[in-house]
Amino acid sequence: MIREVSCSLISKAIEEMCIEANLSLTDDVREKIVLAADTETGVIAKKILGQLVENMEIAKNEAIPICQDTGMAVVFMEIGQDVHLDGSLTDAVNEGVRNGYEHGYLRKSVVEDPLIRVNTKDNTPAILHVSLVPGDKIKITVAPKGFGSENMSRVYMLKPADGEEGVKNAILDAVKQAGPNACPPMTVGVGIGGDFEMCAILAKKALTRDISKRSEKPHIARIEEEMLEKLNKTGIGPGGFGGDTTVLGVNIETYPTHIAGLPVAVNICCHVNRHVTRVL
Amino acid sequence: MAEFHIGLPLKESDIEAVHAGDYVYLTGTVYSARDAAHKRMTEALEKGEKLPFDINGSVIYYLGPSPARPGQVIGSAGPTTSSRMDKYTPALLDLGLKGMIGKGRRSEEVKDAIKRDKAVYFAAVGGAGALLSKCIIKSEVIAYEDLGTEAVRKMEVKELPVIVVTDCHGNSVY
Repeated sequence: MIREVSCSLISKAIEEMCIEANLSLTDDVREKIVLAADTETGVIAKKILGQLVENMEIAKNEAIPICQDTGMAVVFMEIGQDVHLDGSLTDAVNEGVRNGYEHGYLRKSVVEDPLIRVNTKDNTPAILHVSLVPGDKIKITVAPKGFGSENMSRVYMLKPADGEEGVKNAILDAVKQAGPNACPPMTVGVGIGGDFEMCAILAKKALTRDISKRSEKPHIARIEEEMLEKLNKTGIGPGGFGGDTTVLGVNIETYPTHIAGLPVAVNICCHVNRHVTRVL
Repeated sequence: MAEFHIGLPLKESDIEAVHAGDYVYLTGTVYSARDAAHKRMTEALEKGEKLPFDINGSVIYYLGPSPARPGQVIGSAGPTTSSRMDKYTPALLDLGLKGMIGKGRRSEEVKDAIKRDKAVYFAAVGGAGALLSKCIIKSEVIAYEDLGTEAVRKMEVKELPVIVVTDCHGNSVY
């Protein structure tokens, strides 16, 4: 049976999700920040974390975006093969982003051409990743991504011989290079495997996962835990002013890869790790 | 870590008094300018044209706010990454720019110019835009309106919390 879905339904959902993501963080991230504000031992660090907690409250209560960089709208969609749409999917997504950023008083941060750099004034186009899956549902994740942290992200094309140590060093290197520029405390999304572009998409997807839950693969969960501890010992701290809280979470996603390669992407995000998921 | 409450424009004695790592609350006039505005200001200088505000003695906040809702002065208003302005900054410091508010590292050229021209680089807390917006009590676009969020604004801030990253004595937190 084919299920008919109206594009306007998708647009409306994306509009609401853009606004929701920018005003309120998910519980896992919120809880981590509140806990860190309580346990942090650095003097300036504790003050900054207290400000981040207060900032989240103001954002939620007064509908002011958590961060002025309300991001480029990254949209992941899993579309059931039995779904038929009554129009252009790309247009529907961009219509949702346009309305969300306009009606939600969100910043328009997209330029039409990367070199000519004229603002599109409506935050479109979105960055859309679509996959076809069995069934007749549509799963949408909207993850507005700020570029202070995006600029500090890295892809490492490692050799198989570099192994687990190489992966860990890559993650450590990316976080150290990001340092104060990426608005620590950071959340770190890592993609291992696939090819050049696949590992980067995996890293972004990793950021949309609950940071309080570990990978289902035991060897990956172990690396996530080990890196969380190691990164918090770098002493970068909130705002880069030293402290125990450099990273709130490390999420790793993997995919099979080629016999000759070990691609690793590290997508850095600040504490404003925004993502909202809905199923239509 | 010492704490200061400082009025703007910055006095030479205030600039000399603060050190890297100090906590400062700023009150007075600042101008918002980020990537595109810096590029335009630099092009204006190359052509011998005037800048949209008197740079001598001024403080620039590296900021592109989100739009204000009806009744609000400004939307979310936290700092953007300062290093993207590094290319343009030494020339502005040499013209008398005294303070910058942003986040993150600066180049050696900028640090040298901060010392040479006796200025100061502050960081505001990145990602705390809703909180920081509460410290901005007036905001008006004064130039480059076509740049949208990247336009130059004249803003009045009250007790804006910042931390000294690079002081005029050659010290830097990072």
